Amino acid sequence: MTSAVVSSVAVNAGEVTAWRADFPILQTQVHGKPLVYLDNGATTQKPQVVIDTVSRYYQSTNSNIHRGVHHLSEVATVDYENARATIRRFIGAASDKEVILTSGTTESINLVANSWGLDNLKTGDEVLVTEMEHHSNIVPWQMVTQRTGAALKVIPINDAGEISLEDVRELLTERTKFVAISHLSNALGTINPVKEVIELAHRAGALVLVDGAQAIAHTPVEVAELDCDFYAFSGHKIFGPTGIGVLYGKQALLEAMPPWQGGGDMIRIVRFDGSQWNDLPYKFEAGTPNIAGAIGLGAALDYVTAIGIDKIAAHETVLLDYAQQQLATIPGLTPIGTAKHKASIASFVVKHVHAHDLGTILDSEGIAIRAGHHCAMPVMEHFGVAATARASFAFYNTLEEVDQLILGLNKAVEMFG
Amino acid sequence: MDLRELYQDLIVDHNKRPRNFGKLDDTTYFAEGFNPLCGDQITVYLYVDDEQVTKVQFEGEGCAISTASASMMTEILTGKTIAEADALFGLFHRVLIGEKELDDETTDQLGKLAVLTGVRAYPSRVKCATLAWHTCQGALHKKQDAISTE
Repeated sequence: MTSAVVSSVAVNAGEVTAWRADFPILQTQVHGKPLVYLDNGATTQKPQVVIDTVSRYYQSTNSNIHRGVHHLSEVATVDYENARATIRRFIGAASDKEVILTSGTTESINLVANSWGLDNLKTGDEVLVTEMEHHSNIVPWQMVTQRTGAALKVIPINDAGEISLEDVRELLTERTKFVAISHLSNALGTINPVKEVIELAHRAGALVLVDGAQAIAHTPVEVAELDCDFYAFSGHKIFGPTGIGVLYGKQALLEAMPPWQGGGDMIRIVRFDGSQWNDLPYKFEAGTPNIAGAIGLGAALDYVTAIGIDKIAAHETVLLDYAQQQLATIPGLTPIGTAKHKASIASFVVKHVHAHDLGTILDSEGIAIRAGHHCAMPVMEHFGVAATARASFAFYNTLEEVDQLILGLNKAVEMFG
Repeated sequence: MDLRELYQDLIVDHNKRPRNFGKLDDTTYFAEGFNPLCGDQITVYLYVDDEQVTKVQFEGEGCAISTASASMMTEILTGKTIAEADALFGLFHRVLIGEKELDDETTDQLGKLAVLTGVRAYPSRVKCATLAWHTCQGALHKKQDAISTE
């Protein structure tokens, strides 16, 4: 197994040590053992600069945005909009109008499903998702297809956890209006060939939303180069705060879409005989947004940019390759998700030891992993398991931490084997 | 934190060799239980004769805690009346969620089940220990909806 991102950017141990020092939580202990945090797929830890940025906002510039003439409101508005510009640069969008701030990936996808979906789907139309999607990229499409009479079709995965472009070609017909696909599977670690899928979908006349929740912190994302119509991700999976996320959308599409939620900030004029919507991106940002979260996300992206996503990907490739090699030495362990192109995630089951028991035993060693269905029940069903254990890496993890994981797993096998 | 307090030998043993495991064809009540947190599923089968549980079996897949709890439940409930089964579940549940102190008298009343009280130190695992019991309650009292720990 090799990972997709092959880079010549070498990372030395000293750099990783320096990165780790940026994260206060990584210096803490759990159950008297140094924390080994391998649950980055669920959420990532926050560097001091993000914590300080959020704290500084509340301490010295807290104010509502886009509506005050006073000093603090002006400062907060500038900071919020600067964060949007940082996000736009980070993902390579053409304009700030294409960067909608949401509460997270889930809200971003629901926005598209409700605004674009309800407006455009009808009986006879089809929406395609893959079998490996997170529930948040399945359920909104189930809801909108049920309401509109459209059909939801599933691109299958093979036993390595990959989709095939042939299946995609076959499933794409003139009825297909929309494709929703994850960039990097949270349950399997598979990196999907999204660029190829987008090209095929466009040729068939369908739009594409890429769920980038898992990909954003691990692989370079350039929306213009991908040519995706929508790209969704969450701040908390890229070292930013929870409760903030992004929906990128092509401007022409967003212009044509009706607002989803109504309220303050998304309107220009409100009259009882009809209101006028605000311009992009505000049309989709009803109510007071998560200002601290947005500013914190801006700081997180600046932090990632300073390190370099290529460097992050290179180090994580080394980590994942080593982890997969070492996991293979555990008696009775079966990896779940063995795609050729993978990043950051090692999911597995161990014979006679349930994932939850693995999770508890590892926790007693200070090691945090995820055990469960990873909000991807169809994936569990495909592999015939109720749950998997998942170690998910970030750039601050070390080879020594992988060794700790392996020691803990051996202990679990000894206990139950 | 001593893991052995959670995974006591009796639990490890019941997990490895679950008692009364498998489908019971001749059944008066059965129900399926589901823990949405982990996706674990269990089916509990009961044969009840004149308000007395004469046979309990279960099938499904779960963690060591939920498997051991189910396995021990099948042994403990056999021969009990429905009222006794209800009372025991009530006590066990109150102890696990911290509503009832585990004093000597309670420990006596719980009998073998007392080995499962280690989960009190692991709030996320309490539902593992109660899944089979919730399911059994659903079967005995014919709850219509799917039984869930949520």
